[in-house]
Amino acid sequence: MNITDFFLFGILPLLGLAVLLLFIRFLIGPSLADRVIALDLMITVGIGIIVVYSIINDQPTFMDIAMILALIAFLGTLSFSYYLKQKAREDE
Amino acid sequence: MSDFIIALLSTLGTLFILLAALGMLRMPDFYLRVSVATKGGSLGVGLILIAAAIYFSDFGMTTRALAILFFILITAPVSAHLLGRVAYLSKIELWEKTSRDDLRGKYEREKLELKGKIRETDEDEEESSENEPS
Repeated sequence: MNITDFFLFGILPLLGLAVLLLFIRFLIGPSLADRVIALDLMITVGIGIIVVYSIINDQPTFMDIAMILALIAFLGTLSFSYYLKQKAREDE
Repeated sequence: MSDFIIALLSTLGTLFILLAALGMLRMPDFYLRVSVATKGGSLGVGLILIAAAIYFSDFGMTTRALAILFFILITAPVSAHLLGRVAYLSKIELWEKTSRDDLRGKYEREKLELKGKIRETDEDEEESSENEPS
């Protein structure tokens, strides 16, 4: 069994299943913070999917996209936490 | 041999990511979910990135993979800490079986960030909170 086939039929469906479970939490999350942390983990798993995809297609260029996605995920979580803090301050 | 190491590392990483996703779905509390997401997610993606760094035995690609790994390992605890702190400040419920809460009452008493969040205090604390600039 080739390593490419192993990544294509073994690793990638499990990562897709993980994204699916996280998307259920993203839909039913009781508070906004639950959704934000689910989205953060979804983007992190997305980085893993991009890396596995670049291994499958033997295209190392996709790693740049994974790096940019990591940056954007951190900025998004940061700004969402700032927004939640401002909202908690205004509520009381 | 190299293929075996790559397969082992990526399988371990995928299992950690799957466990993190399952924990996100099953954990009863926001704080437990943050804990599971940070540890499991960063460890799993880190193992997959190490596998990619071994697979692309090129200096540029290995450096790039390790840079992503370094960045994830730096930023995941920071974002988890920020979200957990904000969730505690905005009074998201803890699990009812939580055994200890070290922060109980401390944010109100010491007024770390929150000026208007004081609920049940006596008068001098309210006065000093009014003097504090927002």
